[in-house]
Amino acid sequence: MSDRVLMKGNEAIGEAAVQAGCQCYFGYPITPQNELTAYMSKRMIEEGRVFIQSESEIAAINMCFGAAAVGMRTMTSSSGPGISLKQEGISYMAGAELPMFFVNVMRGGPGLGNIAPSQADYFQCTRGGGHGDYRTVVYAPSDVQELYDYTFLGFDTADRYRIPTMIAADGILGQMMEPLVLTEYKQPTDLPSKQPWQLGDPSTQEPIWMTSVHLGEGKLEAHNLKLQKKHDLIEANEVRYEETMLDDAEIVIVAYGTSARVAKAAMLKAREAGIKVGMFRPITLWPFPNPQLNALADRIDNFLTVEMSLGQMIEDVRLATCGKARIHLHGRTAGGVPVEDDIVDQLKKILASKGDEIIRNF
Amino acid sequence: MNNKIRCAGFGGQGIVLMGKLLAQAGMMEDKHTTFFPQYGAAMRGGTANCNVIVSDDDVASPMVETPDVILIMNGPSLDKFEPVVKSGGWIFYNTSLIDREVERDDVQVVKVPANEIADEVGSTRSANMVMLGAVAEKLGVVKVDTLIKALDVTLHGKGEKLMNLNREAMKRGAALAA
Amino acid sequence: MEQQVFGMPKAMKPEQTLYCPGCGHGVAHRLVAELVDEFGLRDRAIGIAPVGCSVFADKYWNFDVISAAHGRAPAVATGMKRGRPDSFVICYQGDGDLAAIGTAETIHAANRGEHFVTIFVNNAIYGMTGGQMAPTTLIGQPSQTCQLGRDAAMMGHPIRVCELIKDLPGVAFAARGSVDTPKNVLTVKKHIKKGFQNSIDGKGWSLIEIVSPCPTNWGMTPRKALTWLRENMLEHYELGVFRDCDAGNGGGA
Ligand SMILES: Cc1ncc(C[n+]2csc(CCOP(=O)(O)OP(=O)(O)O)c2C)c(N)n1
Ligand code: SF4
Ligand SMILES: [Mg+2]
Repeated sequence: MSDRVLMKGNEAIGEAAVQAGCQCYFGYPITPQNELTAYMSKRMIEEGRVFIQSESEIAAINMCFGAAAVGMRTMTSSSGPGISLKQEGISYMAGAELPMFFVNVMRGGPGLGNIAPSQADYFQCTRGGGHGDYRTVVYAPSDVQELYDYTFLGFDTADRYRIPTMIAADGILGQMMEPLVLTEYKQPTDLPSKQPWQLGDPSTQEPIWMTSVHLGEGKLEAHNLKLQKKHDLIEANEVRYEETMLDDAEIVIVAYGTSARVAKAAMLKAREAGIKVGMFRPITLWPFPNPQLNALADRIDNFLTVEMSLGQMIEDVRLATCGKARIHLHGRTAGGVPVEDDIVDQLKKILASKGDEIIRNF
Repeated sequence: MNNKIRCAGFGGQGIVLMGKLLAQAGMMEDKHTTFFPQYGAAMRGGTANCNVIVSDDDVASPMVETPDVILIMNGPSLDKFEPVVKSGGWIFYNTSLIDREVERDDVQVVKVPANEIADEVGSTRSANMVMLGAVAEKLGVVKVDTLIKALDVTLHGKGEKLMNLNREAMKRGAALAA
Repeated sequence: MEQQVFGMPKAMKPEQTLYCPGCGHGVAHRLVAELVDEFGLRDRAIGIAPVGCSVFADKYWNFDVISAAHGRAPAVATGMKRGRPDSFVICYQGDGDLAAIGTAETIHAANRGEHFVTIFVNNAIYGMTGGQMAPTTLIGQPSQTCQLGRDAAMMGHPIRVCELIKDLPGVAFAARGSVDTPKNVLTVKKHIKKGFQNSIDGKGWSLIEIVSPCPTNWGMTPRKALTWLRENMLEHYELGVFRDCDAGNGGGA
């Protein structure tokens, strides 16, 4: 274990991006992800790569649009208010099928909100956030090592499917330090070449028109159906999740990111108190592990979603389980972090309840 | 186990550094560890605190709801965190800057005149190191020797003079608690 | 911090500010409040707090305050002033807010000659987020995102906002002052007074830039910060009036 380094979550993402061969990073300061931009300002320049602190998030995302269009491995990062501004560009990139990796270190909203840890951008992350019929792949790591590892995967998945991918982290993950193994990045050998579509490549024969505008009759529908095929493929191949202590479970906690860390501690406490509880942790928020949760709902009657938002992921859990089980909510907001004992108490209440009663903590 | 630790004081006392050193030392002893600082907007000069967990087992939650140990460097932090320490837990506090007694009777108290000792060593700014030396020696969360080694990593590139003062301050804190 | 010579203005709440020792924001707030009193505007004044260290200006100003999204204050000001023309709107912005993310809103409000006053606190850094490069950061000045100092080839040049906008026809007044000496503070007050008068007279948009210290993120003591400001910032950011519609150099809308 001694080849570990102690690193801050934000910086771990930065180092992973550098290792993964990120060629261009564009960003604008915002708490609680500032250390990531600062880290990139140093490391990217050391490596002779591109770093720009843009004049705004709108500029940053459009710099990404440009750099991705010419075939660069491209990245940006921000927190809620900045990600909101980037949604226009993300929609354009999804439409133009451009790979890009971005990070949202979530803080409290709506509006300027606060800078405390939060998961309140779940809807924004998983529903596209911008306009139009599109998807982005969303990874939800829950410790510093995973922030590092999923940054590698984020870049690879983006290139594999020509799609924007992201990490949904929160202020705790961004700010905390944990031991990290700086594993070596190995690019998958089966990633498609960018040569057929990248702009400015002197080896291309025909001019390329890169766009998200499709005005002719039926053109956009055809294009979106093509995107949808890709989304179907991603749903079939890229779902990730973690299951803990499900074998004898009578009730299951569903949680991701930091909430999953607290929920896991609560689960262990509840087990000590004799409650047969297990945990299901979605690691991809889109594609959401629908089939897996659906199958679980065949034998589990009660699920408790634990999230740092007031009932966002719970909607996906409901959709996945198709009314087969009762879905309860433990939600905290705007910097509120779930408390282990509160979760244990709620588990007890749920197990003591009868009928269709849905129990939430607020 | 006394493994959930909160460090608190005012900005400028090196509170975050205390936490980082504990986490770094924990890692060097092949333990599981997480460190989480309270982070805030720019307005400076207020209180600072951070949480560290050092454990032989996997750390599930990085949150420290009820600390086992608090390392308190100034008065307002004692007022704030005395009530939240686990019953049976430990309060280490800086008697150089706090002239009251701990009121709770269900916790164990270690008084550390951190600033005075640091002054004797020749660097007021090393008061945080005195405190770390004391807690390491008393509770064995990590070894004092490991903390001293951790200094070289965490403060890499700082002048040898400061490093020596820090090492000395740590040892003096340890001696006090022995 | 600012000396209390003739008591607290009515337009100022009796609160101690949370700004760092030696910060320029407190002085700028106070000057605005004094003039709101002097012009008797407290009942119809609306302050716009930016996203930056002065986001909590409402804690200190004793009149209506709204907080805008980062950089959008001039657009918010436009909406308020057009919707309620008899209001008196004071747009208060930092350098990141005004000259980076809000550049478009600033230039277009200026170009339309909106009838509000903008107070622009230029401290050459992003204060609130912990010291990143601002559009006004000087060449060679280090920050969190240019640790080796700003390099013009990669990061562009420090923007002089007054000089940049002074020729837009909607601009009634553009001046730059500093809060480094009592004398300069008085000059800033004169500038703001002029801006207020223009706004009341419907002469167009007025910009008062205030070169201001951020000891915390410059990594200096308050005293050292003032010396550094004088020796470095005032070299690049020349003090003076760049546009005055009443002085025969055009302006107004
Ligand atoms: C859309 C958006 N992007 C970024 C931020 C983060 N942010 C808060 S304050 C600030 C910059 C403040 O700098 P400046 O305008 O110079 O004001 P100062 O604090 O220096 O007075 C930034 C980037 C935000 N709140 N919203
Ligand atoms: S960080 Fe700078 S601008 Fe903000 S309050 Fe402190 S001195 Fe003022
Ligand atoms: Mg500024």
